Formats: sequence, C-alpha cells, structure tokens
Amino acid sequence: MPGYVCHADISHTTSLVKAQYNVLLLVPCLPSPSRVSRALGVDAVLTSFPVKMAAVRALRSVVGAEGLRLRLGVGRTPLRQICVHHYRCRSNTHFLKPEYPTFNKSSVQLNAQSKFLRTSTAVTGQVVQFKLSDIGEGITEVHVKEWYVKVGDTVSQFDSICEVQSDKASVTITSRYDGVVRKIYYSVDDTAYVGKPLIDIETEAVRDVVPEQDVVEAPAVLNEEHTHQEIKGQKILATPAVRRLAMENNIKLSEVVGTGKDERILKEDILNYLAKQTGAILPPSPEISPPPPESVLSKPKGTSPVPKPITPTLAFTGKDRTEPVKGIQKSMVKTMTVALKIPHFGYCDEVDLTRLVKLRKELKAVTEDRGIKLSFMPFFLKAASLGLLQHPILNASLDENCQFITYKASHNIGIAMDTQQGLIVPVVRNVQVLSVFEIAAELNRLQTLGSANQLGTNDLTGGTFTLSNIGTIGGTYAKPVILPPEVAIGAIGKIQVLPRFNDKGEVIKAQIMNVSWSADHRIIDGATMARFSNLWKSYLENPASMLLDLK
Amino acid sequence: MPLLNVGFRAAWRTLSPACYTTLAALAESRGDSALLLKSTSTDIYENLALEDWLHEYVQSRDRHVLLLWRNCPTVVIGRHQNPWQECNLKLMRDQGIQLSRRRSGGGTVYHDLGNINLTFFTSKKKYDRRGNLELVISALKRIRPQLNVLATDRYDLLLNGVFKISGTASKIGRTSAYHHCTLLCNSNRHVLSSVLHSPHQGLKTNATPSIPATVKNLCDEDPTLTCDLLMDAIAMEYARQHSCQSKIMLVDPKDNLLLPGIAKFTQELKSWDWIYGRTPKFSISHYFSVDHNLPGAEVELNMSITHGRIESCNIKLFSDWLPSMMCNQLASDLIGNKFCPTETLILASAYLRVCSQDNELCTKWNALCEQVMAIM
Repeated sequence: MPGYVCHADISHTTSLVKAQYNVLLLVPCLPSPSRVSRALGVDAVLTSFPVKMAAVRALRSVVGAEGLRLRLGVGRTPLRQICVHHYRCRSNTHFLKPEYPTFNKSSVQLNAQSKFLRTSTAVTGQVVQFKLSDIGEGITEVHVKEWYVKVGDTVSQFDSICEVQSDKASVTITSRYDGVVRKIYYSVDDTAYVGKPLIDIETEAVRDVVPEQDVVEAPAVLNEEHTHQEIKGQKILATPAVRRLAMENNIKLSEVVGTGKDERILKEDILNYLAKQTGAILPPSPEISPPPPESVLSKPKGTSPVPKPITPTLAFTGKDRTEPVKGIQKSMVKTMTVALKIPHFGYCDEVDLTRLVKLRKELKAVTEDRGIKLSFMPFFLKAASLGLLQHPILNASLDENCQFITYKASHNIGIAMDTQQGLIVPVVRNVQVLSVFEIAAELNRLQTLGSANQLGTNDLTGGTFTLSNIGTIGGTYAKPVILPPEVAIGAIGKIQVLPRFNDKGEVIKAQIMNVSWSADHRIIDGATMARFSNLWKSYLENPASMLLDLK
Repeated sequence: MPLLNVGFRAAWRTLSPACYTTLAALAESRGDSALLLKSTSTDIYENLALEDWLHEYVQSRDRHVLLLWRNCPTVVIGRHQNPWQECNLKLMRDQGIQLSRRRSGGGTVYHDLGNINLTFFTSKKKYDRRGNLELVISALKRIRPQLNVLATDRYDLLLNGVFKISGTASKIGRTSAYHHCTLLCNSNRHVLSSVLHSPHQGLKTNATPSIPATVKNLCDEDPTLTCDLLMDAIAMEYARQHSCQSKIMLVDPKDNLLLPGIAKFTQELKSWDWIYGRTPKFSISHYFSVDHNLPGAEVELNMSITHGRIESCNIKLFSDWLPSMMCNQLASDLIGNKFCPTETLILASAYLRVCSQDNELCTKWNALCEQVMAIM
C-alpha cells in the first residue's frame, strides 16, 4: 500500500487516482487530515478550500475514466462535500470506503469515526451584519415602520426585509444575502441609522457574500446586474455570483432555464443544469442519500443496507394551521349552538313559478322607472306574510322553559344574505303592512347599507321569521337551521327550467323552484307546516290570487 | 391615441412572442428616454395598482415615466397612517367617499375630479423630488406667468407663499423609485376640510400624523384653468425636459394584456386587510352616556387595536343600568373581531338571539351597541 499523503491539493488528486490510490476528499479544511486518513484506512485525505469548480470537473473526468463515480454534495449546506466512490479498483488495496459511501452531514453522524469529522459539521456559515445602506438625499436616519421577517426566517437575496420611512418617502429594504436571520437590531417605530447594522444574516459560504463596497456603489452594482447578455435578442438576468458560477462551469446562460423573478437565473438553476448535464446525483441537502446500487459493494458486509429502488417521493409540505374563531364566525357559533337545542323537522316542496316569472318581467320595467330593482324576493316575502296571517303559530316564539308561546304581531321577516363579510340576516319590518313595491324598496335600501358598512341595530334585530335565498348561488333542496328565538325558516333553491305535464297531459316547459322549510317540532306539527307551504305555493303559482287577500 | 396604442399592440403581437405586448416591453422597445402615460380610470384602487405595476415591472433604469391620473371622491391615507385618526369615516360612508391606503409614506389627502395626481418614475439614482417640483412650477409659469408658486423644504407647493396646492409622497424600492404629488385645480374644499377632520379625541397611536394646512384651488386664483389644461402643460414641459415625444399614451388599468398581473395588485389594495389591517397598533378611549335622560348611565370604553383587530377591550358601566355580566360578555366577545361596525353589529344581534327576550333589556343593549359602533 502506498504511503499516506497529507495536505495534498486537488491537482495531485488526479495522479493519485491514476495510481489507484484509495482517496477521500473532504472540504473545507480539516484540522488533522492524517489522523482522519489513518482512521478511515484511506490513503489520502485531500483538502482543498475553496473548491474550484473547474478543478472538480477535471477530476471528475479523470475519475470517470478510471471507472469510478464522483458524487457531489451541493446545496445550502455549509460544507461542500465531495467524495469518491470506488466501484472498481485494479489494485489489491483493501477497501474500507464502501462503509462510508457518502459524507454528508447525516451519514457522518452514523459514522462511528465521526468524532474526527466533527469539525466538518461544526463549521457553519458566517454571520454577516447587514447594514442600512445609503438611501440618498443625505438622509442619515429613518423610522422603522414594519418588519417582514423575524429571527430564524430564511431570506433570499432581493427579498424584502423591512419598510422604513423618512420624510414622506417610504423605502423598502431588500436583503443582499441569502441566509437565515439571526438578529434584528430595531423594533417597530425605532430610529435606524444609515451605516449601522440592521440585521444579522447567517450566510452559507463566503462566495455568496457581496463585499461591503457594494453598499456605497449600490446603483453601479445594480446597473451591472442588469447588463444583458444579448443572446438571440433575449435579455438574461443573473447576479454576478451566478454568472461566475456559470462561467466556471462553461455554461451558457441562454441554455439555462431561469426560475427566479423576471425569469432571472438563480444558483439553483445552474446546479440543476449541471446535474442534468453530468448525470451526477444531487441529493437533497439534509437527508440521507440513497445507498449505492448493488454493483458497488465488492465486499458487502452483513449489516450493509439493502439497496432499495429509488422512488421519487412527492414532497408535500402542507402543514395544519390553527387559528382562533373570530369575527362573524364567532356569532355563528353562538347562534347555532342555541339552535341545536331546537328539534327541527323538514318539509320540502316544489313550486311552479312560470306565471310569476312572466309577471316579474312585466313589472320590472315599472319599478325601474321608480328607481328600484325588482327581484323575486318581494313576492316570496309577501306571500309568506299572507300565509303567516292564516297560520300565526309560525310567527311565534317559545320561551326558554317551553311554557309559553308568544304570538308576534309584526311579521319581521329576515333575509339571510351572503355578503363580503359573511352571513348577515337583515330584517324587513312589518311586511304585513307593506306592498310588494315597498318591500322591494326596503330590500334595495338594506343591500346598499350593507355594502356601505352602515347597517344599524334596527336592521339586524327583531326578526320573527326567516327566508334564505340560497338559490341565488345554487342548490335545490336544503336543510336550513332555525335562527332562535324564531320557530320556522325557509330555504329557497334556484329556478330551473324543467319539463312538466299540464292539464291536458302535454309536456310543457315549466320554471320550477324548490323550497325547504324547517320548523320547531315542539310547537309546530307537520300538518301546519304543510298547509302553510301549500298556501304559500298557491300564491306564487297563481300570483293573481294574492290580489284577493292583499290588505 | 388609443388607436395608436391598439396599433402598437397588434403589430407586436404579430411580430414577437406574447411578452412583447405588455407595457414593460413596449416601453423598452420604443426607445424613448421618457414615457408619458395617462390613466383612463378614475377608480383609486385601479390607479394605485397601476402605479404599483409600473414601479414593479417597468425597469426605470434610464427611462423616466410620468403618469397623470385623477380619481372620484376618495380619501387616500399614507402607508403607515391610522384612518380613524386621519378622517371622518362615518361622514365618508354617508357620502359614499371611498377610503384607500397608498404604498408611499406621507400624510392624508382628499382626491376628487378637481385634483390632478402626478407620478414621476425614475431609477433610484435619478430620484429627485425637487427637480420634479421645479418641472411642475416651470410648466405652470409657462402657461400662467403671473402665478406665484414655490416649493418648500417639505416638498409642498405653495401658492402666494401661503396656500398649499400640492402635497408630496414617495416610495423607494431596490432599483427604482417614484415620487407622486397632487395638484389642486378645482377641488371641493368644503368636503375636503370636513372629511379630513377626525371626530376621535381619545386616540393614542404612533402612526404618522398628517400636518393640516390651509389649501386653495388654482382656479380660485385663475378661473380659466382646468384640469386638462394643467395636465397638458405638465406633459409638454416633461417632454421638453426629457426630449421625448409629447404624445400622451392612454392606459386602462383594467387591461390585463397590456398589464399582466395587475388584477392582483388591485385586489390587494381593495382588501380590508390592506386598508384597515395595516394600521399600526393604537388604543382608543371613549367616555359617553348611553341615556342622556338618566344620570349615571355613563360608560367608559377602552380598546387596543392591532392590525385592525381588537386585541383587548374593556367596557365599564358606572351604574347597573345594564347587568355588568352582559357588558363583560360583549367586551370579551369583541376581542379578535375586526374594528368594524358591521362585525360588532352582527355579534351584538347574535347575542340578543341567545339571551332572554326582555324588551327593555333589548333596547338598552341596542343603545350600548350603537354607541360602540359609532366610534368604529
């Protein structure tokens, strides 16, 4: 076995490999490569820092020629780890390498010899102070108004960090580095000073840090950034760091697909391109890389992992989210919890609105002249009110102890509406004394007030009966929930054109609408509900009959 | 001008891939050193979204853009201001005046069709507020040499040294910046002063306050001036100074082909979370009487509001006009709700449904809730 070679640099590696040395490369510097190499039983531990991508490529080509494979570890880890797999060797040198196929962080932890390699995991990125750059116009201090990040957040270059204000100018400060926020120097409403540190960012490698000088010459650097590579008339955006990476790898920017903002080419895009080009496997950073295929293990040990086929798993990063119940939902929770105590029963029917549709069309023009929009609701409300006159128990209220029934004199019919804020039930008061036109006008008024955020307490309280027009959104039959302290509610479905038989037995087109009633079974029985529903239905199917009973 | 616009788009669509029909690409390809735009919309949200879009996508490296726009009656508050402190929200709701929050800093202004807005887009290097104001002054002087207009240290424009006719605000991004200012031509000063006066006294906040000033319309000084005249004059001056074509290009902020992605900006600017939810933390303290005929029916209300939502609430009644249990219930239920009258109303009416049906209690409860809603 050849002797140990320590502190060699990459340029020696090729000769070593050619001489069939058992080689392990680790980057960055180890404190004692000789100890490491002895412990691992390898012939050489090479350190090279920083790694030149061109050198690595050269090495890769040599290694490939020898029938070996090179594994690259890249990504956001502070370590750039490269190791050599030995899949075939011409000499009789004893292989200990297969036990340690890769040397990324996690497999290092599995390694019994990890104490020698501990330093490699302890080397983290450097913490850089990001100072508040010059804003211009001789401004020396600003007020911090809003933070977009907090300690522990990961930021990329050009992400917004905070918003500051000075003299009527609102400035968005963006990050110059990739990394993790480690310290925030100011809180909201503090005064921040130009040139003083704003936040600390822990970056991954020296290469990514844009030197301090850029601060002062910010516009110049930015101009350079936007220097376009005019290739086929397309302008390509990439930062100087990315361009350097591309140049070192002899990659044409025009061939890389940019995934950043404005189709900007990011570092990840270059690396993905490299991976595709060289066929090297790029393991995702913190995970354990998949074990090498069977042909690798020339001396399989009993405990070595059985190679599994590598199935790509779709990474689902969704997380559960818990938030408190607030706003309108809180009101709904309250109301419905009490509504639960009411024993509901349902009764559904269908109504033929063909005649009503025709009538409404004729009357629409008349009401528009008077400045009011006419929908179907005024008719439904008026018909309901007429029905309630015959069956007053549906307009009643049961007390808490279920001992007294209060028959309400006014028909204050609530309309359950879906608005921007959620479910609101404005009430049309005294429907029994209003004409259809007046009901329409009142509905218009409530709608305007609702959208202008101006509803008053009188508009939402005092209801005795409710109709829900869910049909405007869709649906046929529903199961509405009674709003306490009322005892009945109706849900109106959508109007559909369906075939029906007329008196002569012919099939005709009919405008059919479904209605679903719910009532409190403690004081209302099915028969009452059915009779009320039939009455309501008859008024709507034959609108002229409403004329007979209108007061 | 719209025909030219359409013509351009049609030509580009046939010659180049889809990206060249957007305004950003159009600006790049025209090759002028400056661009003159005018918005055809008078909706504040659409116009603010247009500003955002131009700031974000039209690279203002060496290309300068001037945008002229006007709005229907609306109040525009600065990025870090408090709408309850700056304006009379109840009056605005009654009169149908909209409220919006812009992305630049500064104070509150009232816009209507008698007010012109000018936005100067430049690169961060060429950001020069004074220069822009000097441009406006020279434009005014060119059409009406007798006008006495000057710019102050705070970048306001004063007429006759006393009356404010223009206010300024700006936003600086990473590579580009914009500076916008108003110009009062024939605005409704009565509405302006009544709407920009807040009825709240007990408000404590760190939000940027506005500095009230006496204003005057330019047409009060010279009745022959109109908004169109002023806009044309400023456009001419801009074209002269930047040596570009003086043809103003009309832009419709709803055009998604020309301005892809602008709908997203408009939606965000209209949302409650942006307009009210971005208010810096504040606290409010209100002492009132629920029943003027009854002595001792005083109520003290203390609330602290963060991000537009009530964080803590305390309602103290100085008598047993209403059971304290109900007041405490209301106070604890309000926590987490938006500081908005409708939500409070819904909460209050839901409570009425679930508690006992005493008529007198109902009326008292309604009276209390009305008062609480009145401060929102």
